[in-house]
Amino acid sequence: MKIIVAIKPVPNPDEKVKIRPDGSGVILDNVKMVINPFCEIAVEEGLRIKEKQGGEVVILTVGPKEGEQQIRTALAMGADRAILVETEKGLDSLAVAKFMSKAVEQEKPDLVLMGKQAVDDDNNQVGQILAAILSWPQATFASKVEFVADGKKAHVTREVDGGLETIEVPLPAIVTTDLRLNEPRYASLPGIMKAKKKELKVIPGASLGVDAAPKVRLLSLTAPKERAGGRKVADVAELVAKLKNEAKVL
Amino acid sequence: MADTLVVVEHQEGAFKKTTLSTITAAKTYSGLAGGEVDALVLGSGIAAVADTVAAYGVRKVLLGEGAVFAKYLAVTYAPVVAQVVKEKGYGAVFAPASTFGKDFMPRLSGLLDAPLASDIMGLAKEGDKLLVRRPMYAGNAIATVELAGSPLLFTVRQTAFDAATTSGAKAPVEAVSVSADPAGSAFVSRQETKSERPELTEARVIVSAGRGIKAQENFKLVEELADLFHAAIGASRAAVDAGWAPNDWQVGQTGKIVAPELYFALGISGAIQHLAGMKDSKVIVAINKDEEAPIFQVADYGLVADLFKAVPELISEIKKLKTA
Ligand SMILES: Cc1cc2nc3c(=O)[nH]c(=O)nc-3n(C[C@H](O)[C@H](O)[C@H](O)COP(=O)(O)OP(=O)(O)OC[C@H]3O[C@@H](n4cnc5c(N)ncnc54)[C@H](O)[C@@H]3O)c2cc1C
Ligand SMILES: Nc1ncnc2c1ncn2[C@@H]1O[C@H](COP(=O)(O)O)[C@@H](O)[C@H]1O
Repeated sequence: MKIIVAIKPVPNPDEKVKIRPDGSGVILDNVKMVINPFCEIAVEEGLRIKEKQGGEVVILTVGPKEGEQQIRTALAMGADRAILVETEKGLDSLAVAKFMSKAVEQEKPDLVLMGKQAVDDDNNQVGQILAAILSWPQATFASKVEFVADGKKAHVTREVDGGLETIEVPLPAIVTTDLRLNEPRYASLPGIMKAKKKELKVIPGASLGVDAAPKVRLLSLTAPKERAGGRKVADVAELVAKLKNEAKVL
Repeated sequence: MADTLVVVEHQEGAFKKTTLSTITAAKTYSGLAGGEVDALVLGSGIAAVADTVAAYGVRKVLLGEGAVFAKYLAVTYAPVVAQVVKEKGYGAVFAPASTFGKDFMPRLSGLLDAPLASDIMGLAKEGDKLLVRRPMYAGNAIATVELAGSPLLFTVRQTAFDAATTSGAKAPVEAVSVSADPAGSAFVSRQETKSERPELTEARVIVSAGRGIKAQENFKLVEELADLFHAAIGASRAAVDAGWAPNDWQVGQTGKIVAPELYFALGISGAIQHLAGMKDSKVIVAINKDEEAPIFQVADYGLVADLFKAVPELISEIKKLKTA
């Protein structure tokens, strides 16, 4: 099975972002960039499918050259090769999906695995948009992927409000990953050595004939209202008294 | 003046209240941009849902019925919404930012080549510009974005808009003829989390537990506290991953976004991703044995204690109050 896994570099999600004083974006100097955690899960799933039934895992990123570092990490995890569609930073979801659709049309994979959400913009859009552009089926928020009908179809269990739901999709399809699909592996030392020699094809975005004019434009960022938290109570008795007399919730 | 369409969420004929805050957001939009707000219900055997929605102050309810829509699939929903939007010339489409709206709205965006703002928290106008507020970076930055093109698409953060209230009058229901080809996609099965408790996103009080609860059977303690408030039960990712709680109890950046009057965090450290889902709660109580836990920075009342000692005590104190 030929699998494309789309990965996006994001600032380390365990660090609280700092907003530039002029509100034009976040401060990225000295912030570690990593593979978006949901994309890491997608890479892992691609590798497991390949390990079971053979095939190829191709990493795809749309964005500036700097993304090469995270691409190499995915290659070190075990992916076979990678494509970077080189564009400027900060494209909107429609533009990203349009660039991706060109790469997918060239590669003709059986499956495209993506994260459900990039934890920088928190959009939760690109996979579904790509599916629409390609007229492919989609299965979002996957916590389990199984192949049926001689690998012509997938049964995907989805994490939805109210529980779990399983749908059947014919391949080729777009599957976006949720947290409980798997536990991504770490890149091994030999993996890191090998990754340096793996093919990374750079396609200039401008060569793909995509209209990338933004339809969603970021005007400014502000910090959310801070809570005035931080007060401690000495014991349960004080807690109950405060909840009753001060917060008036009992 | 183009009108606005709300896509109604229901679970196979059971109306979902997520639609009510979505109607409020759509009305806020039409108040700024002009036009009227209609609702679209898609499904099979859903006349009752249309009748319910009709009471919430929309101009009319479009009812699209067909056996093919009996089970929700993005691949059938998105093209039908696209068709209705094009035929009737809607200028904006709103849906809840639930797993329903998050699934088909981006597909609609791709079909119509139309901009989508996810999980919106606010709408305003500055001159001719419509300003849309939405969270990024787990809610640690609030973005103001502007959309270009038509129609404009929005998914709505439920906690950011009040629920619409019934208006007394009933809007007319109009049947629309719709069909779709699932092209091989199909619903297989559903595993519902059964609960007598209110939904997390609607509860007045939530009791959440994290890794500190240590085992599934200890959720009994959580239930006991929750029972005193008719509360919903939530969980951190760690508790869900451990298999102690079902996936749809997860509160956070990638789970449910909640803002109850009272939120108890028991044995939860307060990671950025968890805070993203609950820091707009009115009153936050944290019980954690580590006084350095970041949850204490957002808690109104922090108690440094072993939850297995403090929670039973808390339960008995509250019971005493109630019988007093
Ligand atoms: C992409 C991504 C998305 C994520 N999305 C979410 C999300 O939506 N929601 C979410 O919750 N997390 C999410 N996470 C995970 C998040 O980063 C944390 O790992 C998680 O919230 C930790 O859960 P916890 O607080 O229960 O566990 P821990 O961080 O392990 O904390 C357990 C706490 O319990 C306390 N404790 C232990 N024993 C006791 C006791 N007897 N009495 C009192 N206190 C005790 C400890 O002091 C500790 O503070 C996400 C992570 C990633 C990478
Ligand atoms: N620039 C990008 N390059 C590669 N993949 C991306 C890019 N942007 C988004 N994706 C993919 O789409 C998923 C959802 O992203 P988003 O819709 O931005 O939240 C991510 O987890 C990635 O798999």
